[in-house]
Amino acid sequence: MYQYNDFDKAFLDQRNAQFRAQVARRLSGELTEDEFKPLRLMNGVYLQLHAYMLRVAIPYGTLNSAQMRQLAYLAERWDKGYGHFTTRQNIQFNWPKLSDIPDMLDALAEVGMHAIQTSGNTIRNVTADHFAGAAADEVADPRPIAELIRQWSTDHPEFQFMPRKFKVAVTGAEADRAVIRAHDIGLRLLEREGETGFEVIVGGGLGRTPMLGKVLSPFLPQADLLPYLEAIVSVWNQIGRRDNKYKARIKITVHEHGIEEIRRLVEERYALIRPTFKGVDQDMLAGIKAQFAKPAFAQKSTTPYEDARAKNPVFRAWSDVNLAPHADADHAIVTISLKAHGATPGDASAEQMRTMADLAERLGYDQLRISHEQNVILPHVHKADLPALHAILAENGLATANIGLISDIIACPGMDYCALATARSIPIAQQIAERFDALKLEHDIGPVKLKISGCINACGHHHVGHIGILGLDRAGVENYQITLGGDHTETAAIGARTGPGFSYDEILPAIERLLMAYLDLRDSREETFLEAYRRLGMAPFKAALYQQTRAHAAE
Amino acid sequence: MTVLINDTGFTPDDWTHGFTDDPEQAHGAALDLASDADAATLQGHLDGPKMIRIAFPSFADGRGFTIARQLRLMGYTGRLRAAGHVLADQYAMARRVGFDEVEISDAHAERQPEASWTFRADWKDHDYQSRLRG
Repeated sequence: MYQYNDFDKAFLDQRNAQFRAQVARRLSGELTEDEFKPLRLMNGVYLQLHAYMLRVAIPYGTLNSAQMRQLAYLAERWDKGYGHFTTRQNIQFNWPKLSDIPDMLDALAEVGMHAIQTSGNTIRNVTADHFAGAAADEVADPRPIAELIRQWSTDHPEFQFMPRKFKVAVTGAEADRAVIRAHDIGLRLLEREGETGFEVIVGGGLGRTPMLGKVLSPFLPQADLLPYLEAIVSVWNQIGRRDNKYKARIKITVHEHGIEEIRRLVEERYALIRPTFKGVDQDMLAGIKAQFAKPAFAQKSTTPYEDARAKNPVFRAWSDVNLAPHADADHAIVTISLKAHGATPGDASAEQMRTMADLAERLGYDQLRISHEQNVILPHVHKADLPALHAILAENGLATANIGLISDIIACPGMDYCALATARSIPIAQQIAERFDALKLEHDIGPVKLKISGCINACGHHHVGHIGILGLDRAGVENYQITLGGDHTETAAIGARTGPGFSYDEILPAIERLLMAYLDLRDSREETFLEAYRRLGMAPFKAALYQQTRAHAAE
Repeated sequence: MTVLINDTGFTPDDWTHGFTDDPEQAHGAALDLASDADAATLQGHLDGPKMIRIAFPSFADGRGFTIARQLRLMGYTGRLRAAGHVLADQYAMARRVGFDEVEISDAHAERQPEASWTFRADWKDHDYQSRLRG
């Protein structure tokens, strides 16, 4: 993976010194709270319900064991002993003191990490497929491109005070695990007649007006990427709406001007910008690529794996759902679930972080990934090492076998932490996970993506969940709306609302009725929830959802 | 009154040729542009003004950075000034997109002293953009 060079290190040191001075100038009154706000945001510092929050970037979800250990150190030294992994490959510390944050940033810089542009009206942390560099179905590793974009977007002078935030995601596989159609810009690496390039998708986003991105360029040659991205963001920075923050994102700009007009403006701007890139970026990209070379994979018998599967049903159940196919048939991609039934989705204790770091170092070529689904991934583990790995995970509460199942829920922090939230998300996720665990039904139900947002901003991606739950405030009472049929992958779709929402006490029974109906309706065990929904449509699921509440109303 | 800032710090304003917001009239005078101006419409008018002054009605309105950059890409080589509510923290950004100087009010200068601006006068260093472009 990419190692920070002298330039990167000097940049980070200077940036941290600037932020330290900004905090001091805020305290002295030189900066007003209004003026300080965007400056702290572009350094990852939020003001939440109860305290400041520091959001640390894990660029394209990649980190090594030393970096994971440093996150554990931050959690213990300056927070309450845990961190929360987010849907955009960041980790959030929920309880730091503002005066400690400059020291936290210096500690991060020691391991080449930072919190730059994890917030604010800037180009945010660039995300990528969490199986990048390991997946069997990959055309090319998207991380070198994501790193190039990190360098280009970091402290970009034109793009620090934009109409709103701007998110970029990159994938290098046909299967979309990076939700590229719900980003301001989504990039898919392609090979065409031996040339590398990108499908460029623009104007996707969730929030209160969910939209899937549109294709701006079906094939952009690799060498033209940075000037093309710059042209898109530059056009939007000029014409994106600043009168209403709910209409500021590029999805609205594309919607209002039309994709053809946006393409015309981008191409006009591109013609001006392209000559300023003289090709050095492509030399740098080649250097970055070399740093992402695959490790030298161990060659040994996989018999211990097959033996363990035959003898140990717990290991077998875990390996059935938590492993994904690796490009090397003797290796596997391991997803470590941060969704233990009843726990807060995405939370990891400092101790768990160290366990995962140790495992990565010992058995995983020193590599870890964070997924947008709020789990941790060991991208390269030899199958022979899986039984030992599983045993250690189990000892540390990290062996939950539920990846892709009903309890592998994405949930935003909701009203337990967030100042914007209108309802609780975490307790709903906990109750659903515990209920289906108690029913012993989740393996029978099979693959289903349940995603929960505690407000209309949709950080929990509910629009693209097979089942989405949106928590709202209706006259001071929490109310949960359900959407069905959403899909975050290459067959992306926005879910459709079922009807009136459910109260805090009604939502769990409603989800249970929905899934019981699915078990009745599916034509075989092989038909997933999403497939059944696509075959049957909304009606039978809606009937199951509202059956009982109607009966109540009639009483 | 206002204070002018360049890489040397606070400096007296030496511009004596006046300002206009009409591109047709800007022969010798400085052309004032609002933050919602479309730089493309100035094509063919860039030989006239010796200075262009772009307004920052709020530090949060970053359109001026794009306008300045676009003017430079279109070939404008005259003096380029950012004026209004600009923060010392934005000085390096302003210089990097092509501004020569920043003009702020006396009251603003009193609150954000010279040292906060000269702290950012090293804008040529630690710049990812110039590295990537070559």
